[in-house]
Amino acid sequence: MTFLAEHIAVLVVIVPLMAAPFCVLIRNSAVTWGWATTIGVINFFLACLLLQQVMAEGTIVYNQGDWEGPWGIVYHIDELGALVVVIVSAIAAIVFPYAKQSIEREIPVERHYLAYCMLLLCMAGLIGMAVTGDAFNLFVFLEISSLATYVLIALGKDRRALTAALRYLILGTLGATFYVIGLGMIYMMTGSLNMVDMAALLPSVQHTGTIHVALAFIVVGFGLKLAMFPLHVWLPNAYTYAPSAMTAFLAATATKVAVYALIRLIFTVFGDVDPLETYGVRIAVMTLAIAGMFAGSLIAIYQSNVKRLMAYSSVAQVGYMILGISIGNAPAMAGGIIHMFNHALMKGALFMALGCVYYVIGSVKLEDMAGLGKRMPLTAAAIVAGGFSLIGVPLTVGFISKFYLVEGALAAGMWPVALLIMMSSLLAVIYVWRVVEIMYFRSPAIGSEARTEAPLSLLVPTYILLGAAFWFGIDATYTGDVAMSAAQTLLGGSK
Amino acid sequence: MIEYEFPGLLNYWIVFLLMMIGLYIVIAHENLIKKIVGLNVFQVSVFVFYISLAKIKGGTAPIIADGIEVYSNPLPHVLILTAIVVGVAMTALGLALVVRIQESFGTIEDDEVREIEERQE
Repeated sequence: MTFLAEHIAVLVVIVPLMAAPFCVLIRNSAVTWGWATTIGVINFFLACLLLQQVMAEGTIVYNQGDWEGPWGIVYHIDELGALVVVIVSAIAAIVFPYAKQSIEREIPVERHYLAYCMLLLCMAGLIGMAVTGDAFNLFVFLEISSLATYVLIALGKDRRALTAALRYLILGTLGATFYVIGLGMIYMMTGSLNMVDMAALLPSVQHTGTIHVALAFIVVGFGLKLAMFPLHVWLPNAYTYAPSAMTAFLAATATKVAVYALIRLIFTVFGDVDPLETYGVRIAVMTLAIAGMFAGSLIAIYQSNVKRLMAYSSVAQVGYMILGISIGNAPAMAGGIIHMFNHALMKGALFMALGCVYYVIGSVKLEDMAGLGKRMPLTAAAIVAGGFSLIGVPLTVGFISKFYLVEGALAAGMWPVALLIMMSSLLAVIYVWRVVEIMYFRSPAIGSEARTEAPLSLLVPTYILLGAAFWFGIDATYTGDVAMSAAQTLLGGSK
Repeated sequence: MIEYEFPGLLNYWIVFLLMMIGLYIVIAHENLIKKIVGLNVFQVSVFVFYISLAKIKGGTAPIIADGIEVYSNPLPHVLILTAIVVGVAMTALGLALVVRIQESFGTIEDDEVREIEERQE
């Protein structure tokens, strides 16, 4: 047990990373699925242990190969990092069982093992981004997850998946390279790559032009990766044409981890500088966040493909997270963090429910979903419940995050912002209602009235995630506590 | 008045120029292969940036030996080795996607692909 407790910080990355190549060696579809699922579940338990350990003992610093920072590469895990690790591995543990039948329907059998291999690699990269305390190591993990993501998107059945993947590859590479440029400039001025060390060295050079430019490069770079409005253009097509299971995994994890990385850079690396205040960019970031909330929701209203509708809604939801970061007090920050967790649950569940729809009727177009409430009652109910969460109806997780955000906005004396949060929720009512109306109040096309529900192996994972979305909406004390203490740790560094 | 030594910032100007050339190719060219080449030029500019910032005037290779006191910083070189590997993987994947796009769309001109996609909607 002591071995586990000592090395758990690195095990959460190593286990999926080492497991991935085995998928290529095994090749058999069913065996690789079993293998990947086992790894996913094991990693979920490791992640829970890690979170428990961090909550009990405080920040874990793990020296790779016993080389102490700032010379060696260290893993640095605080509450927020551990929470992100739990999000990613929980979603993976739920998506893997779901993926079997969904992938069988959507990907040719000879490519199944590659899909599982890429899912594991993507997971390893995302978890690595969450645990690392070394800024260049962050770039390496970012690229591991991104490269795997491009492949996952390109596995889609529709040929437009290929162009979506290539366009994401071009923008994603630009984003990652922008980050490296910014990092190079910081390295030039501080001579360090260790995040904690950089944080201590930065204040003395904070007013140099090099650091200003570096911060701009980093924010734009990660803005591309996390689909911050107006850098979101790659996201809708990528989510629409990727296979259903991959969309569920990516929508629930990839953008959230990028948001986390941005938080880490702004509030840990630039923590003592407090860049939002020092450089006077708070209003600019906040404006972009709010613009994203409205633009995403407004475009979502006019979509005829439900997957694309949900993708645009993701752009809007990322806006809420960025808004939470930009307001800059503890409740709003906690709101942003808790929304990362909550949005992972609800968007994951929604995309999985859409995967069920695709499995049965072979389409996620709005007109093809007419009468779905009668044909697939369980799936339709899941979509409605997820939609409620997007709107922020009380008792759902969406309500909790918006509650924290509004509280933070009011505490900062920004009541127009609080009002705008409410207004953008109304837009969510419109796009969710469009789906509900078609599903329940339109009669299905002639010849397709037969009641055919999706198989249980798809429905059960969907409902587990949905159940979690309600569980943490009804009793938010645990997630609220973690997010609050994470927010205070982060903001403590800047005061 | 700051005095600029002529070759002093030359490496950064070259990096800047390469970066803009790369970015311009990515944005302006419709041919997907050219876009990926542009992306490569862009990345290489960053490699040059890292390697040149490690150079110290009169510095030698970082070897502990008598008479060697000033040496260049080896760390950026190592970082760039990693970045080169990432760049190669990106290029390989990008080109593989272009091949698949050529197979299924019959063209690698971005505007033509876009047109076909719009018709498919």
